[in-house]
Amino acid sequence: MQPVLEGMGAIDLPLQQRVVAALRTYLPADAVLFEAEQTRPYECDGLTLYRQVPMIVVLPATEADVREILRIASALGVPVVPRGAGTGLSGGALPHAAGILLSLAKLNRVLELDPEARTARVEPGVRNLAISQAAEPFGLYYAPDPSSQVACTIGGNVAENSGGVHCLKYGLTVNNVLAVRGYTVLGEPVEFGSAALDGPGLDLLSLIVGSEGTLIVVTEVLVRLVPKPVLARCIMASFAEVDAAGDAVAAVIAAGIIPAGLEMMDQAATRMVEPFVKAGYDLEAAAILLCESDGTVDEVAEEIERMSTVLRAHGATRLAVSANEAERLRFWAGRKNAFPAAGRVSPDYYCMDGTIPRHQLGRVLGAIRDMEVKYNLRCPNVFHAGDGNLHPLILFDANDADSVARADAFGVAILELSIAVGGTVTGEHGVGVEKINQLCLQFDEVTRAAFINIRLAFDPTQRLNPGKAIPTLHRCAEYGRAHVHHGAVAFPELERF
Amino acid sequence: MPTTPQHLPELARLVDQVCMAAAQRQPLTIRAGGTKDFYGNAVDGNTGVAEQLDPRSYSGVIAYQPTELVITARAGTPLREIETLIAAQGQMFGFEPPHFGVGATFGGCIAAGLAGPRRAGMGPAAGAIRDFMLGARVLNGTGQIQQFGGTVMKNVAGYDVSRLLAGSMGTLGVLLEASVKLVPRPFSEDTRRLACDEVQARALLSRWARASLAVSASCWCEGQLVVRLSGAHSAVMHGIAVVGGEDLSAAEATAFWSGVREQTVDFFAQSFPLWRVSVPATADSLALGAPELQEWGGALRWVATTLPAATVRARAATLGGHATLFRNNPGGVVALTPLSAIQQSLESRVRAAFDPHGIFNSGRMHANAAC
Ligand SMILES: Cc1cc2nc3c(=O)[nH]c(=O)nc-3n(C[C@H](O)[C@H](O)[C@H](O)COP(=O)(O)OP(=O)(O)OC[C@H]3O[C@@H](n4cnc5c(N)ncnc54)[C@H](O)[C@@H]3O)c2cc1C
Repeated sequence: MQPVLEGMGAIDLPLQQRVVAALRTYLPADAVLFEAEQTRPYECDGLTLYRQVPMIVVLPATEADVREILRIASALGVPVVPRGAGTGLSGGALPHAAGILLSLAKLNRVLELDPEARTARVEPGVRNLAISQAAEPFGLYYAPDPSSQVACTIGGNVAENSGGVHCLKYGLTVNNVLAVRGYTVLGEPVEFGSAALDGPGLDLLSLIVGSEGTLIVVTEVLVRLVPKPVLARCIMASFAEVDAAGDAVAAVIAAGIIPAGLEMMDQAATRMVEPFVKAGYDLEAAAILLCESDGTVDEVAEEIERMSTVLRAHGATRLAVSANEAERLRFWAGRKNAFPAAGRVSPDYYCMDGTIPRHQLGRVLGAIRDMEVKYNLRCPNVFHAGDGNLHPLILFDANDADSVARADAFGVAILELSIAVGGTVTGEHGVGVEKINQLCLQFDEVTRAAFINIRLAFDPTQRLNPGKAIPTLHRCAEYGRAHVHHGAVAFPELERF
Repeated sequence: MPTTPQHLPELARLVDQVCMAAAQRQPLTIRAGGTKDFYGNAVDGNTGVAEQLDPRSYSGVIAYQPTELVITARAGTPLREIETLIAAQGQMFGFEPPHFGVGATFGGCIAAGLAGPRRAGMGPAAGAIRDFMLGARVLNGTGQIQQFGGTVMKNVAGYDVSRLLAGSMGTLGVLLEASVKLVPRPFSEDTRRLACDEVQARALLSRWARASLAVSASCWCEGQLVVRLSGAHSAVMHGIAVVGGEDLSAAEATAFWSGVREQTVDFFAQSFPLWRVSVPATADSLALGAPELQEWGGALRWVATTLPAATVRARAATLGGHATLFRNNPGGVVALTPLSAIQQSLESRVRAAFDPHGIFNSGRMHANAAC
């Protein structure tokens, strides 16, 4: 397992009692949980490798509650960890043993939907899909669609800058959020962005999105909605070689097309999901691409034609175009259920999230195949090919310590490879606690110092989600000493960008 | 991003100048082509007379692979040079930046953060500079070089400082290099002109946006709405059928949009204070009794008026936006709308995280908190 983390350990019961008493002066008893059987469900997020029972779980129902909780926590000097639905895959919402886990799940109202302006003002606990459902009667929807969209909250999406299969065309969370309101850890109200397209100051909203709950607690989000396309159709293209599929992706982009989605699954992944989802995937293909077009009927016809030509010219052995909406959804069901399917074929799975330059796809997939042998674990691959964002799924068994150790080492090897080829350790799942050490590799010390200074600018007390997202200089120094590959620091020759 | 040997002396010169300035608390004005000198407040020099730092010698494209849809270039590279290079590969910037003069550089464009007509267009090929920023290398206020983001399309490692740099007007550091996402040029484009008043214009544009029409730019002025359609051939044909109006020839259209972007169309040829009012597109009319040119579906309204700043700013605030005195400052008016106290203090703290001595472009955006 990775090194000992800040905020993990036993609960200090007298401290717990003091904080509970303080919170109860303001909140009803059922909004303050501290008995182990009540707090246990919050011990981890979607990354179950890390667990820590929180000292206290608080369930505010209003923005005013959030402010008051933050003020009480400040007065007592207690750390605060915000949490949405707990679907995060990097341990961002991992509780703190001496802290408050602040669940925003009850703040789940859609406050305002303006079809004219194509915006929705929502509380942070609103589920991603619930926004689109609220917008549906107006022919609108919220575009970023993480596969977890049934469960994950917009607050979590903002904190992680989450993506989805349609982000290639419609942008990430950062491109679809106009403004946020919230509180600093001291309980001061702040607002970033606006319904206008720009503001008079620094674009601090850009820092908030993707800050993993370390800068502010978000209590309201203004999102942009987009019109539902009249039609969407999806091409399923088969390839005899993974590299050929990778080249076809580059060719589609080079042809000036921005598909509504462009996803790849290798054979191990299609064979893993097909028995559960019956998506109709070509199981003989080394890899398949899902390539979607949306728009008006004519536009889609034109784009499907153009994409088909490119895919054929680049070695597609078979093309199937969805004939109707049911078939299109079936094509996507396989891709969107890849993680749950991994959970069904294997006791546990570990999802990686590196992004690499598209032209490195073949090289990286080849290296992962070699690692499967080296670590003796299977690793099907699904990914947002259009963006170069990989999701290798390392299959392992958490009840077998050796399997866990190999999975961990496998994961680290993939993260480091992503950096080595000029990419990043995380495209959309965040750093959390999971990749905190690798940030020491990806960014040099002076850059990491800037991150720390930014954090201090918002939270001088370092109590908001401590130990997540940004490593301390001390941690990196420790890691640097421990982390020696074949007698040398990993990739010293690489200038990183 | 390796610094090639022939650029090392240039980089060293910049680093030396900043280290020296930091040691002596010597304020610096970062100025490249000077094409946007008029924008923002004059650098107040904080405590003394500002010295100039010219990043133009740190120039050149570092990496450009068209299939990656990314360009990485040094800040001093002429903007024109980059646009020519990417156009030859059928690509462009999704933010259609104004140059405001032949000397415009890549770094100056990003620091100013100004987008052109395509800003509010439909679809993935349109947005603000921040929407396309992938990575940046910056020389901070203590002479250290920091490297944020990267060159890949999705990256959530570390705070997203690259996007923050867009529009920071050189108040955080000297932008050295940047990686920016590119977009393919549209397969087809057409520009239409029709007569209507400003209220009708915004209503039409809002309706077309809700119908996903392929509108990539709009400009309303003096009873004429001009609309550009971009996208797949069929999308543009569909747009023409819906929008109607009269057709502008390709040459006329190019000249028109470049005139709007560069502010060379007649509307801008006057000497009144020119206000840039940014409001939600659906906001009511400004009704300031002054001539206007509106872009971005109504979200950007240019107003030429001698009305007091407080009047213009109050109206913009009522409508949910802000007003910048863009050109022809009669003197004594702060260019950008002042921030709330908490915003101002957060901003000063973030600035100090990069430039603890406040040496860069002090006061260009907002009065700097003392340090
Ligand atoms: C099956 C599955 C599929 C997934 N697919 C995708 C995918 O396609 N794309 C993708 O990007 N991600 C995906 N994820 C990851 C995850 O769903 C996203 O990261 C999501 O945005 C997390 O939202 P959440 O509400 O569950 O947040 P949590 O997990 O509860 O929290 C995530 C982070 O946000 C912070 N946070 C939460 N709410 C707030 C708030 N109001 N204010 C401040 N900070 C806050 C937390 O402190 C934490 O750091 C998937 C996860 C699963 C389990």
